[in-house]
Amino acid sequence: MLIYTLKRLGLAVLVTVSVSFVSFMLIRVSGDPAIALAGEGASQEEIEFVRVQYGFDRPLIVQYIEWAGRALHGDLGESPYLNQPVAGMLKERMGVTMTLGVSALTFAMVLSIPLGVLAAIRPNTWIDRIALAISVMGQAMPSFWFGLIMIIFFGVHLRWLPISGSDTWKHFLMPTVALGYYATPAIMRLVRSGMLEVLASDHIRTARAKGLRWPKILFKHALRNAIIPVVAVAAVQLGFMLGGSIVIESVFALNGLGNLAWVSIARSDLPVVQAIVLMLAIIYVFLTFVSDLINAFLDPRIRNV
Amino acid sequence: MTQATSNNKFDSGLGLDVVFPSPRQIMRQRMIHHKGFIVGGVMVLLIFLMAIFAPAIAPHDPFHQDLSIRMIPPVWNENGTWNYPLGTDNLGRDYLSRLVYGCRISLLIGFSCMMIAAVIGAILGLTAGYFGGTVDMVVSFIITVRLALPAVLVAIAVVALIGGSMKIVILVLGCLIWDRFAVILRATTKQIRAIDYVQAAQAAGCSVLRVIVLEIMPNLFNSIVIVATLEIGRAILLEAALSFLGMGVQPPTPSWGLMISEGKDLMLFNPYLVTIPGVALFILVLGMNLFGDGLRDVTSPEGRS
Amino acid sequence: MTTLLEVQELNVDLHLPAGTLHAVRGVSFNVQKGETLSLVGESGCGKSMTALAVMDLLPRAATRNAKILKFEGQDLISADENAMATIRGSGMAMIFQEPMTSLDPCYTVGNQLVEAIREHQSMTLKEARERAVFLLEKVGITGSSSRLKQYPHQLSGGLRQRIMIAMGLMCGPSFIIADEPTTALDVTIQAQILALLKSIQKEFNMGLILITHDLGVVARMADRVAVMYCGQIVETGNIREIFENPLHPYTKGLMECIPIPGKTKPGQELGSIPGIVPTPIGDLWGCSFRNRCNLSEPRCADKDMPLTELWPGRAYRCVTAFNKVEPLSGEELVCPKMY
Repeated sequence: MLIYTLKRLGLAVLVTVSVSFVSFMLIRVSGDPAIALAGEGASQEEIEFVRVQYGFDRPLIVQYIEWAGRALHGDLGESPYLNQPVAGMLKERMGVTMTLGVSALTFAMVLSIPLGVLAAIRPNTWIDRIALAISVMGQAMPSFWFGLIMIIFFGVHLRWLPISGSDTWKHFLMPTVALGYYATPAIMRLVRSGMLEVLASDHIRTARAKGLRWPKILFKHALRNAIIPVVAVAAVQLGFMLGGSIVIESVFALNGLGNLAWVSIARSDLPVVQAIVLMLAIIYVFLTFVSDLINAFLDPRIRNV
Repeated sequence: MTQATSNNKFDSGLGLDVVFPSPRQIMRQRMIHHKGFIVGGVMVLLIFLMAIFAPAIAPHDPFHQDLSIRMIPPVWNENGTWNYPLGTDNLGRDYLSRLVYGCRISLLIGFSCMMIAAVIGAILGLTAGYFGGTVDMVVSFIITVRLALPAVLVAIAVVALIGGSMKIVILVLGCLIWDRFAVILRATTKQIRAIDYVQAAQAAGCSVLRVIVLEIMPNLFNSIVIVATLEIGRAILLEAALSFLGMGVQPPTPSWGLMISEGKDLMLFNPYLVTIPGVALFILVLGMNLFGDGLRDVTSPEGRS
Repeated sequence: MTTLLEVQELNVDLHLPAGTLHAVRGVSFNVQKGETLSLVGESGCGKSMTALAVMDLLPRAATRNAKILKFEGQDLISADENAMATIRGSGMAMIFQEPMTSLDPCYTVGNQLVEAIREHQSMTLKEARERAVFLLEKVGITGSSSRLKQYPHQLSGGLRQRIMIAMGLMCGPSFIIADEPTTALDVTIQAQILALLKSIQKEFNMGLILITHDLGVVARMADRVAVMYCGQIVETGNIREIFENPLHPYTKGLMECIPIPGKTKPGQELGSIPGIVPTPIGDLWGCSFRNRCNLSEPRCADKDMPLTELWPGRAYRCVTAFNKVEPLSGEELVCPKMY
């Protein structure tokens, strides 16, 4: 178990370093940051001044190491647009995005796991059809459009829910559903196919042969085996949802990381964008690490490798 | 000794005359009975035809602005007119014509992204699956790093920095969504590689290239087509999200995502501006996914139901 | 002797895309206390389906019906899943062919051993564990209290099969079905497991159905034998009768396929049964073996071939059954003329 954890941890660190490098590079090579920072209509001298001031004239690798070194100490630089430390800006917005992400994942799990299980227990019945319909629709529906439709319906027509902002839990309801629904199909399909596979397996037959009753067979033996791959996918989906929150946050004017990213991209506030990409990547790596540990807890075969 | 012939009275009644359908017949049977496959296929076909014959179908020029006829509601509204079946937008452009031309954009972007993604994903997946060992580890690491990068955010940032155009959007998205190709082709290649006839080909001294191209590739075709249809849907949704945020294709291109974005500010009083392109997106992606899922069920031996 | 299991006219149908496969057709048999009945036949002849039908563990695509299906006098046809669960746990146990996949990989051996008994009997965890340790020692597993903490993937196939047997014994069943219990194991382990089954059966005076395709196993284990072909029982009899005086051409064919010490001469070619096994799909009539039988004649295809009972416990399904056969008596072996 310890060896497994250390291995996973090592991999997580390696991935984090690589991701930070890639995200740094991506944004640097996409355009001349000096021109972007100097703003439109800047003269050649102004651009050169910015280039030297921010150190853009030095080799990229040196810039990266410097940036990463400072990031390790929690210093993510300063937003040239707002003249504020980036770390503070992120901290301020993080809560909203995390709340949204976690509640969306919870919504997705609460919807998809029971439905997936029911669909697997009663394949080709109406409940299976409903589960299938929900998952097929969720896969095809653009989440931002789903958000807009909910705003028109629940916000404007029925006036049940506020349509923008992040002040109360009511503000989070529609964004949660819009974002969570996006992750539902993947989880539901996995639960259904996993349950079908497990229920047809030999050890479930053994459990029945020794006279266990359905609830115990289902919850102790079938679900435990079927849920193992779901944990990994749920972590990945949560990562995707945090990344995808940029769209939903802009639809509902939620004041989170995604919104900050969008605004910063629009005003070429590169240090902020870079930091958010890094932040989300680290969260993703952390989530997959945690899901690996949960799986090791659930599946002894992984633990003893 | 008597050998089985089905019309001999002596040998009937043994079940020997049962004709087992050939794999091809089974597949054809499944295709006909698979509702999702048929419905999805028809939807995709219709949308294809719409894209090809767009000039013939569209009643007006999708780019022609006429402020005197702006915001005419669709025909089912009391103020609607058959002259503009789906109404006009805030610049007086015929919505139906924009919709019809928009599906060209969506399909073009979907296909091109998928092609780029398929090439990258196939190369990575094939090499990892075929060579295994260190190569596999490296490729798996690359896939993990790619998954850790928040795709939407990176795409938006890069497009914003380089400047939005159709080419850039296609290139950026194509380079970001190859992960599923790589993951699935890696797994499939691994499986096929272990099968005896591939090992026989290797033992017979066939070159690596020959084994890959002649023995492995033909068996990957199904997987590639299935992933491809699902990836087209994903690319179309991503493009729509990008355009919705104003970081994708630029106006006046009639992209569906852009149409939703343009209609967003006016949606409170004219919801059709948002619902119509959204429904179009939904139908297109739904068709693609149903077709892809159906194809998987039909071709895999242990398909759904 | 008391009858544990009574089966009459058991049918199992598998509903396949190509048609309805009659996996088990009109199978009848009894099992007494302390007796071993062996179901023998090629793969696909319906022996496993018979066992699963008795336990009500058939796969989803299969349906069963029977005239009589009674265990210890209790009707199993009308029993619901709940009643069946009680019977399965405490009355009948089943040991499966695949020890590698028949245990849940997520739980320790100990956990899986005690869960059934705690469901059926009010027993503390400690008592249940003690019983598990006792039974593990019974099935020849040493250091059993530490084994309880191990996971299935940490154990060898032979150990797992022993654990499966111990698991079957946990609730003290009066009847065990062993479905090819040794097929997946090494030859040396096979012998140990069979000896173990036999001794445990003796000790607890249990009824046993042993399903196998291996006539060697049958010879060691069985009291009575039912030979199955194409979903039907084609011949039944006690072990000596089946081996020394097989009546059905199929059984004879099977016997010619195995070498018999002392009888088969060095260099002598063993027999084989030509032709293919028919797939029992659709309407079936006549003798199912007639396309492979070297004695077949037109009337074999006539109508339903009845299982002709020669005397209680001895029957076979062939047109030749109209000829008279005498029971074996004493040491002298009577080989009746059959044709």
